Amino acid sequence: MAEAFEPRIVAFLCNWCTYAGADLAGTSRLQYPPNVRIIRLMCSGALDPAYVLKALLEGADGVFIGGCHPGDCHYQNGNYKARRRVALLKKILEQTGFDPDRVWLRWISASEGRLFAQTMTEMVAAIRAKGPSPLRGQWGT
Amino acid sequence: MDVWARVTGHEEGAVGALRGLLADLLRARVVDAVLVPRPAPGGSGVVPALVSRPEDVADAEPLAPVMPVQGARLVSALTAGGAPYRLGAVLRSCEIRASIELAKLKQADLAGVTLIGVDCLGTYEVPDYAVLVAGGADPVAHALAGAPQGTVSPLPGAELRPACAICEGFVPSGCQVTVALIGVEGGALVMASEELVEELGYERVAAPQHREETLASLQAARRAERRRALEEWRSRARDVPSLLAEFGRCIRCHNCMVACPICYCKECLFRTATFDHAPAEYWQALQRRGALRLPADTLLFHLTRLNHMATSCVSCGACSSACPSHLPVSTLFAAVGEEVQALFGYVPGRSLEWELPLATFREDELSQVTR
Repeated sequence: MAEAFEPRIVAFLCNWCTYAGADLAGTSRLQYPPNVRIIRLMCSGALDPAYVLKALLEGADGVFIGGCHPGDCHYQNGNYKARRRVALLKKILEQTGFDPDRVWLRWISASEGRLFAQTMTEMVAAIRAKGPSPLRGQWGT
Repeated sequence: MDVWARVTGHEEGAVGALRGLLADLLRARVVDAVLVPRPAPGGSGVVPALVSRPEDVADAEPLAPVMPVQGARLVSALTAGGAPYRLGAVLRSCEIRASIELAKLKQADLAGVTLIGVDCLGTYEVPDYAVLVAGGADPVAHALAGAPQGTVSPLPGAELRPACAICEGFVPSGCQVTVALIGVEGGALVMASEELVEELGYERVAAPQHREETLASLQAARRAERRRALEEWRSRARDVPSLLAEFGRCIRCHNCMVACPICYCKECLFRTATFDHAPAEYWQALQRRGALRLPADTLLFHLTRLNHMATSCVSCGACSSACPSHLPVSTLFAAVGEEVQALFGYVPGRSLEWELPLATFREDELSQVTR
């Protein structure tokens, strides 16, 4: 029998807000599904879409990007730039036959541990409902 | 204000008028050097040349329907950081659009450059052009014969480059001198500032009577052809397996990126070790997956390039012309390009004042992305 599907989600979190939020979720002993692999960035605006694409093409079932709330960016406006890049990326994914809804961008602050845990729970459920990435098991792209 | 004029005092015909115009611009010291196609050293083919002596434009081939190099790359090389001389550049509309994008990317300095835009009658692939010329055909005469009526078709048995066949933007804009061929009777007419026309001593003429309607009908035909080609592409490449069916042959030679006028990065991500792997990592991946497609990351390369430059893609097709595997790169970029440009309400190459979509943002926009 095939193993039950467990979503694999790669999360790119900004150092100042969402990563700290994730940390707070941990220190607060909040439960959320263990399907998320976190990569810390200095800013959501520093994320080259190449890394999101790399994760998706390697078979990640979802990619989460977390940044500071609008107006809260440690670098003034990196999150606004991230929003444009992610909007662009999602449009390109849609146009090239990928599912843009496997990529999430959310604003979660350092004090929002609960929101982080809740968002991860939501995303894992949403990706679980979608099923595995069509790139899973692909021997190359 | 720009006025219409006829180049006077030179050979008959459009080619003579253009050569004359360039010689006059050099003699009048409006420009110190001119970028224009010329027969290649050795005589085989046509290449861009930078010339400063008026006599050297006598054999210029400004209308040769071939684009061995996207001219914007040369404009960038010749002007980035500011040129110590005044350049005049004879360019097609897609080369002008790309030059404007490069100027916004700080890779070209158009201040002081005289852009001489020529109506584009389409181009052939470089090898096809060589075969036509070797066979005794005259592609320039053929193109010019149809221009007054707006009939822009390849020589019998030949094909224009796919990007040209679906190009609606063949009329240059944003240039100091426009050389009009389409819908113009009896050779070329130029449109330039009143001062320049006076300085060159050209005869002012009325606006060509049938130009606007001739342009409009050719544009409509091209727009329909573009719609058809891009819809056909979208129906063919609708999901990941069908995209792989189109791009699976890519060998990641990076020719498309090298030929692309917009891809300027001196240190492209794909030329760094970012996605390189140690032998042990290949072995690890192999054990996980059973087999590995090599070279790896070919689709990653194209999708990343789309993210990095599709907002500025001018649909010149240089990528496809450079592809040894004959992948439909320019069709992919045209199809995705128009969608992402619409997303930001951006038209690449339209204006120097119009900010690059990824260099700016608004606070109140795109709220659907974070929901």
